[in-house]
Amino acid sequence: MRRLIQAVPLVFGASVVTWILIHAAPGDPIVALAGEDGDAGYYAMMRERFGLDRPLHEQLFVYLGRLLQGDLGFSYRQNRSAVGVILDQLPATLLLMVPALAIATVIGISVGTLAAARKNSALDNTARTATLLGHAVPVFWLSQVLLLLFALRFDWFPVQGRNDARADYEGLRAVLDVAHHMVLPIVALVTVYVPPIMRVTRAAVIENLDEMYIRAARARGQSRRRVLIRHALPNAMLPIVTVIGSQIGFMFAGSVLVETVFAWPGLGRLLLSAILARDFAIITAMLLMLSVTIILMNLITDLVYSLLDPRVRHGT
Amino acid sequence: MALERPVALTEHAASGRGPAGSGASEHHRARWERGSWRRLASSPVAVVGLVLTVLFVLVAALASYIAPTDPFSFAGTPFERPSPKHWLGTDDLGRDVFAGVVHGARTSLFVGVAVAGASLVIGTVVGGVAGFAGGKVDDLLMRFTELSQVLPRFFLALTVVALFGPGLRNMVLVLALTSWELTARVARSGVLAVKELEYVTAAEALGSSPWRNLRTHVLPNTIAPVVALASLQVGGAILIEASLSFLGLGDPNVISWGYMLNNAQSFVRRAWWMSVFPGLAIAVAVLGVNLLGDALNDFWNPRSRTSGAAR
Repeated sequence: MRRLIQAVPLVFGASVVTWILIHAAPGDPIVALAGEDGDAGYYAMMRERFGLDRPLHEQLFVYLGRLLQGDLGFSYRQNRSAVGVILDQLPATLLLMVPALAIATVIGISVGTLAAARKNSALDNTARTATLLGHAVPVFWLSQVLLLLFALRFDWFPVQGRNDARADYEGLRAVLDVAHHMVLPIVALVTVYVPPIMRVTRAAVIENLDEMYIRAARARGQSRRRVLIRHALPNAMLPIVTVIGSQIGFMFAGSVLVETVFAWPGLGRLLLSAILARDFAIITAMLLMLSVTIILMNLITDLVYSLLDPRVRHGT
Repeated sequence: MALERPVALTEHAASGRGPAGSGASEHHRARWERGSWRRLASSPVAVVGLVLTVLFVLVAALASYIAPTDPFSFAGTPFERPSPKHWLGTDDLGRDVFAGVVHGARTSLFVGVAVAGASLVIGTVVGGVAGFAGGKVDDLLMRFTELSQVLPRFFLALTVVALFGPGLRNMVLVLALTSWELTARVARSGVLAVKELEYVTAAEALGSSPWRNLRTHVLPNTIAPVVALASLQVGGAILIEASLSFLGLGDPNVISWGYMLNNAQSFVRRAWWMSVFPGLAIAVAVLGVNLLGDALNDFWNPRSRTSGAAR
């Protein structure tokens, strides 16, 4: 509950930052809309119509009031609300992100735990090296290389898009076609999602393996494997949950970049076309929605914390 | 890829828990370990990191000697494969890819170092003031720190560059303004820890002014871990700059690896060399500075294991 109240000023702060950005940006929106050589009277009328003649603090209040009603701006190019446009594209992005995150979580936690159990083994060293590489490789470049190799060179996967535009598949064939298109983008995403999860898992499990209760469990005659899975891993879950929660912005960014390379019809393509068309409503709305998502994710992480750890729940 | 906040294992603990806590002992350890540079030099990770970083810096510094060709000039016919004449081939306009890769190092290095330096200054000032002043000022500044933590760096940078126009200055500014959070936390806890130490209290009792205290006692003892932490910003900043340039939001007047990859995207079927080499350069440079940063942090911040911090 206390956390919930703390989140409010953060959301407020994020909206004010967004508003300041829009207003501090060079270029007059009215001139952009009405053309450069309209007469002064017309400009004044437009200003009044959009409330741009009022003092700045009033404009901020109007903006915040609209935000409360879910109005994050209007895309003049698409003649629709920015939120509507974004929500239209969101499912396509989630179609890549959710499976990628699921796969990355499974890989990250299992390999991280194994690496921790056999610290400094060949497996551990390989995993750590792979993590370092995964941290350094730009995901859009990785996507290009995957595309070069497996789509162009070997022709195993389709090059771009979400489905085969030439074929008119139905039912299961259509699903399989989309799945086939999903493989390369998901591989690219998994590659960059895994390192943070694996690294934190490894560190947390190693830390827990040093604890007294682990030695006690071993002394009671429990097997190494059982101690690892039943005791060390559950207690390492908290930092793992945190890292997944705190990486959500990074994951969206990765997704946007991967979509751009594979011409996947999601938020990435929307963002790119918004940049090209100078459709700032879309860009700022996306920024704000993402900030709020991150704040929500932090909240959820805290909740999960209190569920997993009774000490946090009882506020000690 | 790169983009969000550094992930510190202790982040949660650091944000929730109050002042000193771990402080004093950590401080002692840092001093004690100052002599053991040998340990740093004996770690293969640190050595590889150092070698790659030095290579990166040398290429950036000597770009005009290594590749005298202007990366924007038309040096050959379009789409030449890699050959002895053009080691890494030419692009769609016949520009030399090798020259681009070499000169692109300058842009990346500049962005990385500028962002890390600026976030170091902002973080030290905010954290230092918060720790030293305490009370309401501390509360308010830490609130700001929290806010900077929830703003998504990549998208904020993207929005700023899209609204204010592409340019390295804008990019460095917005990245620096969003990446000082960890530095501020560490600077703050460092100041809190040192403030409590007896010799500082003694100096205070002897009538030394707060400012003098800050300068002569507190800062020298907190700066090393903070600098180490800031070094982790370099790789992340390089990756974000490359990502934005890849989306066409880079500075059009300077050659950069991201810009080359943006250009390569249209010709990916035709000229693989246009994609492969600039990306490889990014990966090597970021790997180098990350490894070095990790090693520095193992050394200076043994407690706050900053895992995967380059993002």
